[in-house]
Amino acid sequence: MKRRLFLKAATAAGSMLPVTLNGLSVRAYANSPLMHLLGRRTGNNGNVLVLIQLNGGNDGLNTVIPLDQYTNLTKARSNVLIQDTKVLKLNGVTGTGLHPAMTGLQGLYNNGLVNIVQDVGYPNPNFSHFRSTDIWMSGSDAKESWSSGWMGRYLDAEFPGFPDGFPNTGAPDPPAIQIGGMVSLATMGTSVNMAMAITDPSNFYGLVNGTTDPVPDTPAGRELEFLRIMANQTNQYGTSIKNAAGKATTLSTKYPTGNTLADQLKIVARLIKGGLKTQVYMVSIGGFDTHSQQVDNSDHSLGAHATLLQRVSDAINAFQDDLTLMGIQDKVAGLTFSEFGRRIMSNGSVGTDHGAAAPMIAFGTGVQKGIIGRNPVIPDTVTVADNVPMQYDFRQIYVSALQDWFGLSKTEVKAAMGGRDFNTLPVFKASRMGIEDFADLVSRLHLYDVYPNPVSGEATFKFFTDGGNVELYLFDPLGNRTHTMASGKHSMGEHEVRVDLYGLRPGNYFYQLSQGNRKYTKVVVVAN
Amino acid sequence: MDRKEFLTFKRAAAPTEVKKVERRTTTGLAVYSGTFGKKEAMHLLRRTLFGVKVQDMKDFSAKSMSAAVDALLNTSTAVPNEPLNHYGKTMPDPNVAYGATWVNSALDFNFNFQRTMSMKSWWWEMAAKQQSTIMEKMVMFWHNLIPISALEQVDPRMTHIYLKTLRNNAMGNFKSLVRALSVDPAMLVYLNGRYNTKRAPDENYARELMELFTLGKGPDSKYTEDDVKAAARVLTGWNINFLTTPPTATFTLNNHDTTNKQFSAFFNNTLITGRSTATAGTDELDDMLNMIFAQTEVAKFICRKLYKYFVYYDITPDVETNIITPLADHFRNNNYNIKPLLDKLLKSEHFFDPLNMGCVIKDPTTHIAGFCRQWETDFPTDTEQLYNITGYGRAFGQAILQDILDPPSVSGWPAWHQSPQFLRSWISSDSLPKRNQFTDLMLFTGYRRGGYTFIADVFKVTRQFSNPADADTLIADAVAFVLPLELNITEIATLRNNLLPGGIPAYNWSDEWTQANDPGHSSHATALASAKLKLQLLYKSIMNLSEYQLS
Repeated sequence: MKRRLFLKAATAAGSMLPVTLNGLSVRAYANSPLMHLLGRRTGNNGNVLVLIQLNGGNDGLNTVIPLDQYTNLTKARSNVLIQDTKVLKLNGVTGTGLHPAMTGLQGLYNNGLVNIVQDVGYPNPNFSHFRSTDIWMSGSDAKESWSSGWMGRYLDAEFPGFPDGFPNTGAPDPPAIQIGGMVSLATMGTSVNMAMAITDPSNFYGLVNGTTDPVPDTPAGRELEFLRIMANQTNQYGTSIKNAAGKATTLSTKYPTGNTLADQLKIVARLIKGGLKTQVYMVSIGGFDTHSQQVDNSDHSLGAHATLLQRVSDAINAFQDDLTLMGIQDKVAGLTFSEFGRRIMSNGSVGTDHGAAAPMIAFGTGVQKGIIGRNPVIPDTVTVADNVPMQYDFRQIYVSALQDWFGLSKTEVKAAMGGRDFNTLPVFKASRMGIEDFADLVSRLHLYDVYPNPVSGEATFKFFTDGGNVELYLFDPLGNRTHTMASGKHSMGEHEVRVDLYGLRPGNYFYQLSQGNRKYTKVVVVAN
Repeated sequence: MDRKEFLTFKRAAAPTEVKKVERRTTTGLAVYSGTFGKKEAMHLLRRTLFGVKVQDMKDFSAKSMSAAVDALLNTSTAVPNEPLNHYGKTMPDPNVAYGATWVNSALDFNFNFQRTMSMKSWWWEMAAKQQSTIMEKMVMFWHNLIPISALEQVDPRMTHIYLKTLRNNAMGNFKSLVRALSVDPAMLVYLNGRYNTKRAPDENYARELMELFTLGKGPDSKYTEDDVKAAARVLTGWNINFLTTPPTATFTLNNHDTTNKQFSAFFNNTLITGRSTATAGTDELDDMLNMIFAQTEVAKFICRKLYKYFVYYDITPDVETNIITPLADHFRNNNYNIKPLLDKLLKSEHFFDPLNMGCVIKDPTTHIAGFCRQWETDFPTDTEQLYNITGYGRAFGQAILQDILDPPSVSGWPAWHQSPQFLRSWISSDSLPKRNQFTDLMLFTGYRRGGYTFIADVFKVTRQFSNPADADTLIADAVAFVLPLELNITEIATLRNNLLPGGIPAYNWSDEWTQANDPGHSSHATALASAKLKLQLLYKSIMNLSEYQLS
């Protein structure tokens, strides 16, 4: 059963939509002894997302190539069009292929590790690098200017009050790490940026590798060296980053040299393997603003854009190899994005101007293999004003990541998207950790949110089972079982249990639904 | 290097140990005759002002070196206003109206704390709003050298008198300053002078007068314990009176030791004759200061202090020979007048030696008040709101280790005297992140209190740069304006990424800047927001560099 069908069915059946935890983040309790005891955490599931920004506007039509549109593409952009015979084939796919330079990604796709979403954009596309980047980073509509980012809003809820009180024993690591010069709007929370932005890459390189950048042989250099050492030592996350980097070594031999993206991803893999609990990494590679000389005149499969795509493809391939050798491939997923695609019609400088929708590429063992959406349709007659129209809103991929990869509730996802609803796309596999809204598409076991929450009297627990022996217990903050809401054989369908919790000591209680080896746990706040 | 490949981790691994030896200069006090351009002017201004405005940079780099130093030394002791009653809205003061100054009113213990905080915030405001002269830095220098503690005072008006004395003498005569502070009411409280009587001498002030204020503890400073005891007896008989307006220092002959005071061979066996007249206290004090100031060590002591404050903390044998000794001679030859001393030092080839640039770690007041002046932050006009803001700046300075008017000890702040750390003691695992937090806060959200938001307007300064529409020029201007050191090509490229991410063509920023400055443009609002964010991020990137902590 497809997820969306399930959702529709569930809604049609009049099932109660989940209520929120009234702003209380389950993940705030993720490190309580009980959560470890129960062996499962809700919400923060330890998954990592690596966002790869392709700065400048990547030419999607020359990246994921619609082979069935060649007649019209030839009319529109013959001076940059890749020879169709050179386009890389994908297993099980006809009519769509990859740029010839992307052999690494081709291999990953054929191994089931890549998902491509066609023609991602937003209504009323803006052709300014800045505006469009801001829109992508903030998750706003085209006509709005938001000062916080989509990841920042998510992390804001995850790390309330940040940076006051952080790092702490429960959250020892930076919420997000951004490597590169530009401090991104994407990780901007409502008041502060949630990312540890590596604005001084050489200093960061020194931190990771235990070296310092050369300083001049002067009194100023002497003081500067002192300050840099202090900056690394006193960086509130310096120690955890240094420790994580020190615990892991690069295992893949596939990392190319002279590839800045590969250099960044190499460090990201080490930090994840080293145990850093950071959830979001942002890395970037520039140069995609290919207004001129995008391809070699003599061989369109070569040239500036080919070099860039090869770097992206090689870097991702090496990164995935590294993750696999490290044994952490199942907790890391990656996602490429760019502020826009490029114009269908090429220009006279053997290049392409700013455009609209373009493909996004997700990778990792956690993605669903395949291509979402059809090929872009190129009109018979293309004018300079024609752009690839969007099939999917970029925020659909964001909510898919938040919901399916990070395991957030729909309510939390909606909050991160500034209060707007977007449908998910099957980019990621159903979260291994379960998702509270439609936690179990396969097994058909689901635990709804308790109502009300916080509770000071009667609480209503509700669950769905496909039939069998089901247990639903309430545990106090120390892990002692206080109530049995259900225990024994239950028929398929929704079940509701009301329990009077009056008189319990106030605190964060946990309710756990289990059937066989499937378990779901949530938090209820008792506020007597 | 491919400009698009901004981020490279392919950098040579460097030695991790701090170098023990670096190049030092052997230049001396000869008048600097080299180029005086923007770089040299900024060096001079950074060291002599708390914060340098763009207009300062333009004005001073257009002058000759000599004229630039003259202008900085052409100080005024006038102040725009006095410390005000900022507390009256919530705590009405029967004797001082809200918004009026309390310094000329009677002492009222009920308002001691409020008035003391008013005093401290007021001084911070003077630093943040300073004139383009050396005055405020010199007041801070003297306060660090001869301090009091405001919170230990019984009468905040005395703190006001003390600070006024510093200001009035800051560019005048050092001996006169010491003379005034020796019988200053706040000092009589701070170092127990008021308890120093012939029956129970208290050596506190006498000891610090020699050890910390004039002679120091250098190898050639050979005063004895008996000298301290004799000096304490000279200083007997003083007390304070806070019942008068203004409060005063008083001298009571009955408490004064009228016997003769014998000093050691270090002071040429000087005998100060005990007096029994009404002016015995000041007469004997003058005798004693004449005796102390006859010692060559006094001038050397002050010159070393000033050198550490304005040039660098490391006094090598070359510096002692080429700078301190001749500078001290010059100081004595000019009868301890401060201005000629500064004139000599600041116009010297040594001061403008590139090896002496960028090596001073900013003190907290320079970091905070200096930021506010450099970025020309607007201050509220309402008194309560104004003191909320200046109080915040002052308190943030306290959080990063400098509580002005309440130094950690009579030695001042360790950064200006404690070997071998010196200025590095401003930087701790707590203070360094907070320094970054302050600049981040001021650039992005600002400090909000009582309906007022105290924030840097990034456009205000950017518009004064030579060509802000050009990304590379803008970055070069900003770096030269904010940092005392040059950046390498990788660092510049990293900064450029803030304005032109991914190496997109320069016209993208030019267009946005133009639109952001054209209210009639259809994209004005979005360009304004977008350009603002870019500038905030650019300046944050610059200020988060370690170089930003240097002056």
